[in-house]
Amino acid sequence: MNETENIIIVDKLTKKFGDFTAVDHISFEVHRGEIFGFLGANGAGKTTAMKILCGLSLPTSGGGTVNGYDLCREQEKIKRHIGYMSQKFSLYADLKVWENIRLFGGIYGLSGKRIRQKSDEMLHYLNMTDLRDELVGDLPLGWKQKLAFSIALIHQPAIVFLDEPTGGVDPETRRLFWDLICETAEGGTTIFVTTHYMDEAEYCDRVSIMVDGVIADLDSPAALKQHYQATDMDTVFRKLAYQAKRE
Amino acid sequence: MGAIEVENVSKRYGNCQALEQVSLDIQAGEIYGLIGPDGAGKTTLFRILVTLLLPDNGSARVEGLDVVKDFMAIRRHIGYMPGRFSLYQDLTVAENLDFFATMFGTTITENYENIREIYSQIEPFRDRRAGKLSGGMKQKLALCCALVHRPSVLFLDEPTTGVDAVSRKDFWNMLYRIRESGVTILVSTPYMDEASLCDRISLIQKGHLIETGTPAAIVAQYPHRLFGVSGKPAYPLLKFLRRCPDLLRCFSFGSEHHVAVEPGTISPEQLQARIQAEGFSDVVVREIEPNIEDCFMELAKEERQES
Repeated sequence: MNETENIIIVDKLTKKFGDFTAVDHISFEVHRGEIFGFLGANGAGKTTAMKILCGLSLPTSGGGTVNGYDLCREQEKIKRHIGYMSQKFSLYADLKVWENIRLFGGIYGLSGKRIRQKSDEMLHYLNMTDLRDELVGDLPLGWKQKLAFSIALIHQPAIVFLDEPTGGVDPETRRLFWDLICETAEGGTTIFVTTHYMDEAEYCDRVSIMVDGVIADLDSPAALKQHYQATDMDTVFRKLAYQAKRE
Repeated sequence: MGAIEVENVSKRYGNCQALEQVSLDIQAGEIYGLIGPDGAGKTTLFRILVTLLLPDNGSARVEGLDVVKDFMAIRRHIGYMPGRFSLYQDLTVAENLDFFATMFGTTITENYENIREIYSQIEPFRDRRAGKLSGGMKQKLALCCALVHRPSVLFLDEPTTGVDAVSRKDFWNMLYRIRESGVTILVSTPYMDEASLCDRISLIQKGHLIETGTPAAIVAQYPHRLFGVSGKPAYPLLKFLRRCPDLLRCFSFGSEHHVAVEPGTISPEQLQARIQAEGFSDVVVREIEPNIEDCFMELAKEERQES
């Protein structure tokens, strides 16, 4: 497969902090249009790897491409062509709904006219038209997350990175959020997602599991369950993560 | 007398009713879970019980002591692990533990037995600054600091949030060993799968307790029949099921969709035939037991309809 079919290609990617090798020669591909689950225990190196893929950190050695842009030399292009959302930071609580859309639309270089058009579309799709003048801080968490996700897609990126997008929300909202993810994937956007909820790993087309800086396994949930003779992904995850040596 | 008794406690912040008429009765020596999403009121209830916040109305007692009148006495009896990492990042592991012991007029040596099992796992790093510890080790240190003065009631506010599945399992095993020494534990969590690990639980949503009981009793009260439905492709199948007017509710649960139906309306075999007729492959429909998440969603829906 080449860059037309693989939106992410990573080859022997390594990141060291002093003597500590956070990410240790990982190689993998993400196919265009798939939902790719990026799992790992705390401290396995997920966040470090994800920062490199988002153009926020340079690898110590190895490299790769995201949407055809080089991880080492084209970080600014990567940032402009990906979407990113995390539960920890997404929107400005003390700006109104429309102001947040305006701000992020502007950051991604959309014209004023295009931003107005996208705002209307987005708020209509999310059933939030009446909430455009509300402060984001006053919205329930579930609405904030849906809005943050839609804003991460405002510049129509080919791939969106979701870093634990569903932490702390109630079970129904968590599922409605995944409906939104599946709907977006059906539209052709590639989804790269991390989560601590192992049932959510089942919604992914393929899943990689990092242990101690390396990718311990990568396959479809069905194939992983079969290989580890497990009935669910929780068991697969625990079988792999218990091999971890480092604290 | 219960270890923790809460009667009609309410708390409001400006326009936000954080807790409304909450009542609880927690027995000595049980692990009691407060289960609900962010913003449900879990932390507010914890702060009232550990005497850091005054309720607007109602009353609460911990070990028979009133949270308002006897607040100083309560503080000697309880251990509290707040949601955010609350130790001194610039002090070492040993210094943090020493500090908390001193605050309660005791020493590490005096109560070493009480924390030995957990502390022995982080003791090799006793000279490392708390800020430089991994997530799992921080959690163990915070638990040691909450236990060093031999409290009889332990308050753990979301101790496993953001912690991976393996570390969460380890943490629960530590809680079981603490319970064996007779300590009462009130623990909050947004992870519904941890509900079944508690002796009793309350489900909390928007400041209300929507259900209280043993996990098994709550599951037994689920009012519908529940089918586990799998088939390919999964997401179009979910959308198809939602369009069927005779199915009550349908949500994804990992590799299966859970479909609630009114008893007597449709059998698993009939539903399987209907799905196959639509062209889905690998279709399996089976009757299943609900879990706590199914119950939470059902109860939260009833609560919304009533209000």
